[in-house]
Amino acid sequence: MLTFIVRRLIMTIAILFIVSLIVFTIMHMLPGDPVAIMLGDQASVEEIERLRTELGLDKPLPVQYADWLLNVLQGDLGRSISYNEDVGQLVRDRLPISFHIGLSAFVLAIVLGIPAGIIAAVKRGGWLDSLITVTANLGMAVPVFWLGILGVYLFSLKLGWLPVQGYTSPFEDLGQSFRQTVMPVVLLSLGALATLARQTRSSMLEVIRQDYIRTARAKGVKENRVIMKHALRNALIPIITILGMGLASLVGGSVFIEQVFNIPGMGRLMVQSIFGKDYVVVQSVVLIVASVVALGNLAVDIAYGLIDPRIRLGK
Amino acid sequence: MSHLLEVRNLKTYFNVDGTTVKAVDGVSYHIDAGEIVAFVGESGSGKSVTQYSGLQLIPSPPGKIVGGSVKFEGNDLLRFAPNGEEMRDVRGGKIGIVFQEPMTSLNPIMTVGKQIAESVMLHLKMGKAEARRRAIELIQLVGIPDAEHRVDYYPHQFSGGMRQRIMIAMALSCNPKLLIADEATTALDVTTQAQLLEMMRDVVKKTNTSLILVTHNLGIVARYAERIYVMYAGGIVESGTTKEIFGSPKHPYTIGLLKAVPRLDDPKDRKLVAIDGLPPNLAHKSEFCAFLPRCPFKTEACQSRPAPELRETGPGHFAACHEEVAASGGAERGLASVSISSVQEAQAPEREVPERSVAAETMLEVRHLKMYFPVTRGLLGRKVADIKAVDDVSFEIRKGETLGLVGESGCGKTTVARSVLRMYEPTDGQIVFRGHDITRMSMNRLRPLRREMPMIFQDPFSSLDPRQSVGNIVGEPLKVHGLVKNAKEYEERLTELFTLVGLNPGVRNRMPHEFSGGQRQRIGIARALASNPSFIVCDEAISALDVSIQAQIINLLEDLQRKLGLTYLFIAHDLSVVRHISDRVAVMYLGKIVEIADWKTLYESPKHPYTQMLLSAVPIPDPFVEERREHVVIQGEVPSLLNKPKGCSFSNRCPFATAACKESEPPLRSVAEGHGVACLRA
Repeated sequence: MLTFIVRRLIMTIAILFIVSLIVFTIMHMLPGDPVAIMLGDQASVEEIERLRTELGLDKPLPVQYADWLLNVLQGDLGRSISYNEDVGQLVRDRLPISFHIGLSAFVLAIVLGIPAGIIAAVKRGGWLDSLITVTANLGMAVPVFWLGILGVYLFSLKLGWLPVQGYTSPFEDLGQSFRQTVMPVVLLSLGALATLARQTRSSMLEVIRQDYIRTARAKGVKENRVIMKHALRNALIPIITILGMGLASLVGGSVFIEQVFNIPGMGRLMVQSIFGKDYVVVQSVVLIVASVVALGNLAVDIAYGLIDPRIRLGK
Repeated sequence: MSHLLEVRNLKTYFNVDGTTVKAVDGVSYHIDAGEIVAFVGESGSGKSVTQYSGLQLIPSPPGKIVGGSVKFEGNDLLRFAPNGEEMRDVRGGKIGIVFQEPMTSLNPIMTVGKQIAESVMLHLKMGKAEARRRAIELIQLVGIPDAEHRVDYYPHQFSGGMRQRIMIAMALSCNPKLLIADEATTALDVTTQAQLLEMMRDVVKKTNTSLILVTHNLGIVARYAERIYVMYAGGIVESGTTKEIFGSPKHPYTIGLLKAVPRLDDPKDRKLVAIDGLPPNLAHKSEFCAFLPRCPFKTEACQSRPAPELRETGPGHFAACHEEVAASGGAERGLASVSISSVQEAQAPEREVPERSVAAETMLEVRHLKMYFPVTRGLLGRKVADIKAVDDVSFEIRKGETLGLVGESGCGKTTVARSVLRMYEPTDGQIVFRGHDITRMSMNRLRPLRREMPMIFQDPFSSLDPRQSVGNIVGEPLKVHGLVKNAKEYEERLTELFTLVGLNPGVRNRMPHEFSGGQRQRIGIARALASNPSFIVCDEAISALDVSIQAQIINLLEDLQRKLGLTYLFIAHDLSVVRHISDRVAVMYLGKIVEIADWKTLYESPKHPYTQMLLSAVPIPDPFVEERREHVVIQGEVPSLLNKPKGCSFSNRCPFATAACKESEPPLRSVAEGHGVACLRA
């Protein structure tokens, strides 16, 4: 198990290194001069040159990359060009907000998706199964932006239950925070929730057919225990894979959701920085997001080992 | 006296795609306390469904118990709610079941101790600590050493045989009144099978538990059962004591089964008599006797009167066959050819297998073949050891000969076959096929030789491409090797091949799933024959088939060999089948040949202790012979190839092993003309 974790850890680091390289390359190959954007149309050539040297943009690319990477490893993410602020501070402000929305959506997807899948599998062929399956399929098929517009129209504009946009920290005003986040969280979780419900259903159905479930029943074990103790733990193994992938899709979704609901999170920061050619910020944000996803998947791999002794004990 | 279990007119139907499959259709039987009773039948006969019905373990839907009663200790189990408390008390508490698949019947993510303890805590109302102690006791009882540690192991840390022991421990854990073993030893090696059956018999006899053995293996039945129910197409066709059934079988199906299985004590030239045709489709049962289409003794009564009920033909002996059949004397004549020992001497075998001539020419010669697989460990995948799957194996096969290769699973039989065909690159040694050294031959030069050495695979279901018509499957080698000039020739050859294996050439456009297991194996054989080969490797080619179908395929292989002068390398774990078909036999153990000889010498005077014990473990389908036989039960399990004992690899299980055996590995040496033994005592 230890070798297994160490091996995954090394792979994670390698992946992050590659991500940093790709992001850096892409940002520096995009057309448009960040310095020119910073200084505006009126800037003279000398001014531009001076700032370039100041920012180290006149050095060869590999040197720039090495400088950046060394700084990042020391915890210095650099200084934003457009915000004129320390990137570290920018991230510190926004990361908790994204975590708040993202984790809520993640938990919601798990708390609703897995039980829905279990119920559908156990009641296979019944009306509850049909309801869950159809709803899950709808959830996957209907575009989130359309649902978002619909939700804002219905709950905010027509009924006036929820604010249209904005974000308040739960530590400031819990009620307001909840009202503001409920719609983004639900919308963000929809895709993962539906996928999870479907995957849980099919995984449970697969496990319930297995011989060891028949063995458990032949032992006289109560049906509830057969499902929760014998079937579910085995069914969780493929579900955990979906969780890891769900994490990545949540990150993608949050970029969009934060934009629509005007939430000052990492996604919005990234979008704005890309438009502003603020390469320092983009590089850092992408690297941080990639680290979160990679660490999430590392956690998934470790969870495999915890659940499945064949992985834990096999070398 | 009332019976422990009394089943009356049990009917279990399955709804499959809108049609009703009558899997169990009016079955009645009983079991008394302490009895060992066998249910015999081929796949689809309903023998397992019958057992599961009583416990309401039938998956529903699609299954449904539509009628009958299952009285156990006076209570009708079918009146209990399927997952209600009373039903669950019986399951695992009063009736324990051991299932067929040891590899998949245990929960992979729960320690075996917990799985046993779960049962104990449920039915014997024990606390956690007490249940754990009981689990350790049970693990010891079923013969697993080091129980205190093993109790915390997970199923994947055990071999198949060990897992089945744990299943037995679980089934016995709550002192049941009845133990049901549903094909419990079918997936295991013959030596493990013998160990487990002996153990189960000892335990049930000691505790006066009843035991139901559900099996298709007539040898097991003859050796262990006291009474037998023979099932066919969802009904019981014959029942009686073991000696009655084997001594004077009355139903044509029972007679057919007995004639279809090869036996260790057969005369070599006995031709197996296969039961023609296939079992009926239970969705479309006719009103007549279900065996009618396959019955060689049918009379007019069979075709005009409704299906016969069981009737008493002797004290305690029942058969579901019309009186007219018995009156016509057909069954008696048929019986005469069954070599039941009591009548054996008086009767000559019905059809003899003609002698074949074996040429002096060598077809295949294998010298010092070694096939090692590396074991890697650690972060960098460092090679730490070799799995010596095949370690210095030499043999030769002459033209027109059949060499049988036997041994327990993991002994390297299949690896030998694959290396010989160069599906693996041999680590060392030499393979000479028809005078060509093919050990390191390039693929281009090997290709024309390859077509002369095709293979027939074990699993008739997965070895045919499900998306190609059977005509394409059989015809592919013709195209690949360019063996036909034009479409007309292709069609002619295809027709010829289908006819050769006993299939109607008109079926060539059908897909594999439309065929039964036996028919698919015929298709596999036709494919092997397409390239006009001289040498065929049969890798467990008949192991997955039912007894009556197995005989059809064995006969087909023998006929083809005579007609086409084929040479076979016949790999199997069933020693009776190998004895029947082979001219010479090699016994493998842990990657080495431990004994090789002509079939007669090997089976009648084996020299290696392993061969002797392997043979002793094979039950003979004849209770009269079994009674007289001495059973030497081989101890322990095949060790891992990475953990071979020093010296002779068999020394840790051999009852004759001395200090010398543990020091040096005995080479395979010749003790007589063509008889090699790797044992110091020989």
